[in-house]
Amino acid sequence: MSIDVSDVQAIPAAWTRTDLLDLESLSAEEITLILDAAESFREQTDGCTKKINVLQGTTVANLFFENSTRTRTSFSLAARRLGADTVDFSSSGSSLSKGETFIDTAKNIEAMGVDAVVVRHRTPGTPRLLSQNIGCAVVNAGDGPHEHPTQGLLDILTIRQQRESLAGLTVGLVGDIAHSRTARSNIWGLQKLGAHVIVCGPSTLVSKRWEEFDVEIAHNLDDILPRCDVLNLLRIQFERQQLRPFPSVREYALLYAMTAERMKAAKDDVLIMAPGPINRGVEVTPEVADGPHSVILDQVTNGLAVRMAVLWLITGANERNEPKPR
Amino acid sequence: MSKILIQNGRVIDPSQDMDRQTNVLIEDGKIAAYDAEPSGDEQLIDATDKIVSPGLVDMHVHLREPGREEDETVATGTAAAVAGGFTSIACIPNTEPPIDTQDTVQFIKHQAALADNCNVFVVACVSKGREGKELAEIGQLVNAGAVAFSDDGSPIYDSELLRRALEYCSMFDKAVLNHAETLELTRGGVMHEGSVSMVLALPGMPAEAEDVMTSRDISLAESTGGRMHVMHISSAGSVELIRRAKSRGVPITTEVMPHHFTLTDECLRTFDSNFKMSPPLRGARHVQACLDGLVDGTIEVIATDHAPHAREKKMQELDTAPFGIIGLETCLGLVVRELIEPGLLDWPTALAKMTINPSRILGIDKGTLAIGADADVTVIDPTVRWIVDPSQGYSKSVNTPFGGEELIGRADTVIVGGRVKFFAGELVSACTV
Repeated sequence: MSIDVSDVQAIPAAWTRTDLLDLESLSAEEITLILDAAESFREQTDGCTKKINVLQGTTVANLFFENSTRTRTSFSLAARRLGADTVDFSSSGSSLSKGETFIDTAKNIEAMGVDAVVVRHRTPGTPRLLSQNIGCAVVNAGDGPHEHPTQGLLDILTIRQQRESLAGLTVGLVGDIAHSRTARSNIWGLQKLGAHVIVCGPSTLVSKRWEEFDVEIAHNLDDILPRCDVLNLLRIQFERQQLRPFPSVREYALLYAMTAERMKAAKDDVLIMAPGPINRGVEVTPEVADGPHSVILDQVTNGLAVRMAVLWLITGANERNEPKPR
Repeated sequence: MSKILIQNGRVIDPSQDMDRQTNVLIEDGKIAAYDAEPSGDEQLIDATDKIVSPGLVDMHVHLREPGREEDETVATGTAAAVAGGFTSIACIPNTEPPIDTQDTVQFIKHQAALADNCNVFVVACVSKGREGKELAEIGQLVNAGAVAFSDDGSPIYDSELLRRALEYCSMFDKAVLNHAETLELTRGGVMHEGSVSMVLALPGMPAEAEDVMTSRDISLAESTGGRMHVMHISSAGSVELIRRAKSRGVPITTEVMPHHFTLTDECLRTFDSNFKMSPPLRGARHVQACLDGLVDGTIEVIATDHAPHAREKKMQELDTAPFGIIGLETCLGLVVRELIEPGLLDWPTALAKMTINPSRILGIDKGTLAIGADADVTVIDPTVRWIVDPSQGYSKSVNTPFGGEELIGRADTVIVGGRVKFFAGELVSACTV
C-alpha cells in the first residue's frame, strides 16, 4: 500500500508510537505500515538518493555507545535525506569516560534541542531506559544482543520485495542466534507477518527454549536447506561470547558455512541474506555472497528507506502528541 | 525503669507454642508477666485487634558501614529495621574493610549502641579479608561477639576451606552461612537463565549454579557435622536437595527472601535494575518451590537480604548496576500479603520463621516472649493496607521493586529492651543519620 510521505500531517492515525524500541511489541499492522512508508520513500526519492524535506528544522542525534559504521552512516544519511540536522556522538569522544552516566549524557544532548535520538548500546534494555528518562523520540539502533528493529524491518522489506507476501514463507536464520539482535528482531517481525522461522546453528548457540515461541530448532543445516525460501546468515559474535561455544572456526564453517556446494540442495529461488558485516568463509563463501541469489546489497539500500520511514513516523508522532511525561 | 502493659492483644509466641488473648507486662526491660492488670503506674499500649509478637529477627542484613556509607549506615539501617518491625538484625560482613577482626566487630557494636535503634548481631567473615583463602581468627571473633560466619557477597569457593570452617566453627557451636553460587555458571550474569533471559538477551544465571553448590554444602555439613546455613535459597532444585538432606538428619538450615517467593523473572522485561539481585528472580516453578518449602518447613527462616545501593549506582545500565534490593521495611507486609492472607501459613508458623527460628540458628537469646526474656516486642496491625513509598522509608537507599504496591500488615509498635522505639507509625527518639 502506498503512503503519502510528503508531510508529517499525513502520518496515518494508526501510528501512535514515539519510540521504536523493539519488534517484539509491534503489531503486524504497525510493521506493515513502516514497510509501506519505506517503499513510498524509495519511490518518491528515486531510491533514496534525493532529498525530501519532511523533517526540515528537526535534529536527530546519533548516540552510539558501541562501535558501528554502517548503521550509523545509514541513520545519518536517512535523517539528512529527510532534511533533518544530525549530530553524532560516540562514547569514546564523550564525557562518559569522566564518569557521567549515559542517562545524564542523553539528557544533556536532549537539552540542546534534539527531536529524536538514535541509540546503540552494548546493554539490552538501554533504549527503553533512555526513553523513560528523556522526552524526545528514541530509536533503538541495536541494544547488545537483544534487538535491532530497523535491521529486522529492512530484512523483511527485502524479502517482501522479492515475494508477494511473507505469509507461508520459511525463513532460516543460521548462526549465532544466542548473541544476535538481528535474529531476535527477525523472529518477532517474521512471525507477526505469518512466516515460519527456523533457527539453525550449534546447540550451544541455539537454545531449545525457542520452541516455546513456535520457532523451529535445527542443528543440521543440510536437513533444513531444501525447505527454506530465505536464508539469513548471521555473523558469529566472537566479541560477545564468554567461552567459545564451538571448538574452532574451521569446524563451524564446515558445519554451517553457506557454500556453492550447499546451494545445490537449496530451492532454485532461495534468497541469501546477511546483516553484515560478514566473515567471508565463515558464515558464507564469496561465491554465494556475491552470487545471483544474494540480496545483501538490496538490504543495505532498504536500510536507508526503512530508517527514513522510522524517523519520519516517530518524530512526526512525537510532534503531533503531547510531549511524553519525563 | 518504667513499666509497660500491652493490653488485649493476640499474643503469639511460637517459642512457647503460645497463641492467646492476654496482657503482657514489661518491667525493667524484661518480659515480667502475662494476664497482668493495670496498676496505674505503667505506660499502657492498647493492642486490641493487633498481634503481639516477639520482636522480629532478620538474620541477613547488609548495613554497608564501614566503607559504603553513601548506601546505608548502621544508624539508618537499624532505623529501617525498627520501622519494619525488627528488633534484632544480623549484619553481613561484606563491608570495606570486611568484618574479619575483633576491631571491626566492636566498631559495629559501638555504632549500633550509638544509634540505639535495635539490637545488632554481627556475622563475621569466614576467611581473612573475605578472600576465601585462609580462616579468619574465628575464636577471637567469637570472643568479640560474632554470632555466625559468612563470606556472603561471595561464596566460600574453596571446598577445603568450607570443610575446615564447618569443623572449626562447630567447636564454638556457630553456624556457617554460605552464598551458594557456582561462579563459572553465572559469569557475566544479570538475571535468571530461562526463556525470559533468552528473549531479552541478558546473560543468564542458571538455577543449577545454586544447586551445584548447595549440593556440595550439604555433603560437607553431613561429613563434618558442622552447622551449615544456606543463604537466600531461590531454586526448586536447592529446596528439594535441602528437603532430602533434612530428612536424613543433616545439620542444614535455610532462609528465603520475600522477593523470591513473590516475584518472577518476567519482571526483568521492564529492564529495571530494582529487579536485579543475586540470586536472581527465577521462574514461576521456582517461586512455587520456595512457597512449598515454606509450607512444609524445609525453609525455616524468612530474611530480607536488605542490600541498599545509592540511587546513582542503580541508575546505571542493567549489566553495570549492582545486585540487590532493600527489604527491611517491606518484609512483614509481603509475608502477610503473600503467605498469610492466601492461607499458606498461619500466623504462628510465619512468625516462627521471623523470630525463634533465626534466633536458634544464630544462637542468640531473642525471638521469644518467655518470662524473663529481653522485652523485644513487635505489635503488628495484621490487616492494615498501605502503599509502599520508598521516599518515605528510613533506609538511606530507595532500591525496592515494591514501590507503589499495596501491602497488608505493618508494625504498629516496636519495643526494644523495654523501650518503645516505634509508635503509631513513627520512630520514637531514634537516631536516623
